[in-house]
Amino acid sequence: MSSPELGLRHKETGIDVSHDIILYIEGLSVSFDGFKALNDLSLYIRNGELRCLIGANGAGKTTLMDVITGKTACDRGSVYLGQSINLLERSEPEIAALGIGRKFQKPTVFEAQTVFENLELALKTHKGVWRTLFARLDSAQRDRINHVLKTIGLEKQRHMLAGALSHGQKQWLEIGMLLVSEPRLMLVDEPVAGMTAQETERTAELLTSLAGERTVVVVEHDMAFVRSIARTVTVLHQGSVLAEGTMDEIQNNREVIEVYLGKEAVAA
Amino acid sequence: MLRQGPDSIFERIGGRNTTIFLGILLSLTVLAALGNLLIPADSALHVSTYTITLLGKYLCYALLALSVDVIWGYCGILSLGHGAFFALGGYAMGMYLMRQIGTRGVYGNAELPDFMVFLNWTELPWYWYGMNNFGFAMLMALLVPGLLAFVFGWLAFRSRVTGVYLSIMTQALTYALMLAFFRNEMGFGGNNGLTDFKDILGFNLQSDSTRVTLFVLSALFLGLAYLCSQFLMRSRLGRVILAVRDSEARARFLGYRTERYKVWLFVYSALLAAIAGALYVPQVGIINPGEFAPLNSIEVVVWVALGGRNTLYGAVLGALLVNYAKTRFTALIPEGWIFILGAMFVLVTIFMPKGIAGLLQRRRKEQNGSGSSLTTQERHA
Repeated sequence: MSSPELGLRHKETGIDVSHDIILYIEGLSVSFDGFKALNDLSLYIRNGELRCLIGANGAGKTTLMDVITGKTACDRGSVYLGQSINLLERSEPEIAALGIGRKFQKPTVFEAQTVFENLELALKTHKGVWRTLFARLDSAQRDRINHVLKTIGLEKQRHMLAGALSHGQKQWLEIGMLLVSEPRLMLVDEPVAGMTAQETERTAELLTSLAGERTVVVVEHDMAFVRSIARTVTVLHQGSVLAEGTMDEIQNNREVIEVYLGKEAVAA
Repeated sequence: MLRQGPDSIFERIGGRNTTIFLGILLSLTVLAALGNLLIPADSALHVSTYTITLLGKYLCYALLALSVDVIWGYCGILSLGHGAFFALGGYAMGMYLMRQIGTRGVYGNAELPDFMVFLNWTELPWYWYGMNNFGFAMLMALLVPGLLAFVFGWLAFRSRVTGVYLSIMTQALTYALMLAFFRNEMGFGGNNGLTDFKDILGFNLQSDSTRVTLFVLSALFLGLAYLCSQFLMRSRLGRVILAVRDSEARARFLGYRTERYKVWLFVYSALLAAIAGALYVPQVGIINPGEFAPLNSIEVVVWVALGGRNTLYGAVLGALLVNYAKTRFTALIPEGWIFILGAMFVLVTIFMPKGIAGLLQRRRKEQNGSGSSLTTQERHA
């Protein structure tokens, strides 16, 4: 199922989502010095959906993203992109080339470069050393960057150094870097941290509009934000899935209330 | 209308700083060369051959500093072992020059260099074969340091060794080579190294014209290396290099195999250092294991820090200034130099973190008025 040739072929032909699932995570366990960050976690992400992951600090949200994007190795379990691509045997750049983009919890942009250059670096194009040396922007790529600049509202800041942007703008730039790379699957870690109410609203609109065309997985603490965008919410607790469903279902789920509010709240 | 990144090849290597830099370098070189060859020795304007050789030596150091700036200033890899690549390039040139001595050595042996006769060796070690051919020797001057940089970089960057650990490894590399080259059995002249050179490509190394030619060649290679490095750093590749420096993890998640970028940049940098070494040896007339000394490599880092990282011309400026100061101070108080060097490094780190280039940039910004701080001008300056 995961022979190298098959993997290669699918890299060219795209991701096999014939069963309508783009990401299979099964029995995933990761531990750091005895601490189980992920504990037999299983999760399926449907193609084109917008999924929110919530959970307290240490529930394993960021570790999960690290495993999917190849940063952290896991002890047990499997992670497949579509039917046939085993993500666990690939490196970060390979996974990025497959079309999985990631926004970090702390906005991570290249501060010594301009907004435009940040987006140029993120373009979906050849990333080899030699090609990059002689790379030039063609007009389609330039249009693409301009389009994204408009989407993220940083047209006026295009020649500003990214380091001079406000926190919220850096968040937007990083989202823009995701967009310009045209990923199939976007993993977005705390997109609205440090944003104003207005910025948060615009982020919600943007992420909602992306779903369908792309698959978006959002990790967020801001419950109002989650409520405004999510159709399906997954609650993580101590490294595994505690509950899954719509926001209303989650909020009325006994276990979730127990974990979040304590046993007394349930009894009362 | 809008700046969308440099487009023509001219723009990529050009820019005002390149013009200024090359202009100054070229005119000083021509003036010094003519001052030596055309102006009679009794004139006050005559440039002595001693000065020419000294300047040539400084230019080699400047090229070495440039190579360190490429890897440290742009990619954040602090190499404390670039002296090794410099010395290896120098040894290859030294071997060629040794073979040119022929029967003019003390022992008059046409087949073996003096130090081998002295050690009672009867035949030339295999790795000296072909070194009497200039082309082959120069190929080795590039190939050996380049290959070493590739293997070292490949192992280190693939295993994701970074920061201070990498610096220590580079330091260990040059130290190990120094110990190896000190051994007589290695066949590189041991403690004394290679010296007593007579001529290069048939030209007498002591003659004024050869000295001036070597000096001019050093300037040309420095200018060429500057242009090449500008081209690299102004391409998208250069921006990936900066991205690796500032956030390597992010660059990986964008799909760049950062270790490959680092390895190739490391090799490029090592090649520049090797060229500097090969130009240095015929001018100073000796190469010995002392060139591998860890302190030498650290000194180069001080030059770059003082001149200012991440600008290329800053590294050149730093190398020239510090070495000029070294020449003057060691003549006055020889033991004191090491303390002055240390103090300079500390002061620069505290008071001018961007070095002399940083001061120049700030000055220019003030002249241009505000506003430019948010653009890329500063970075490409």
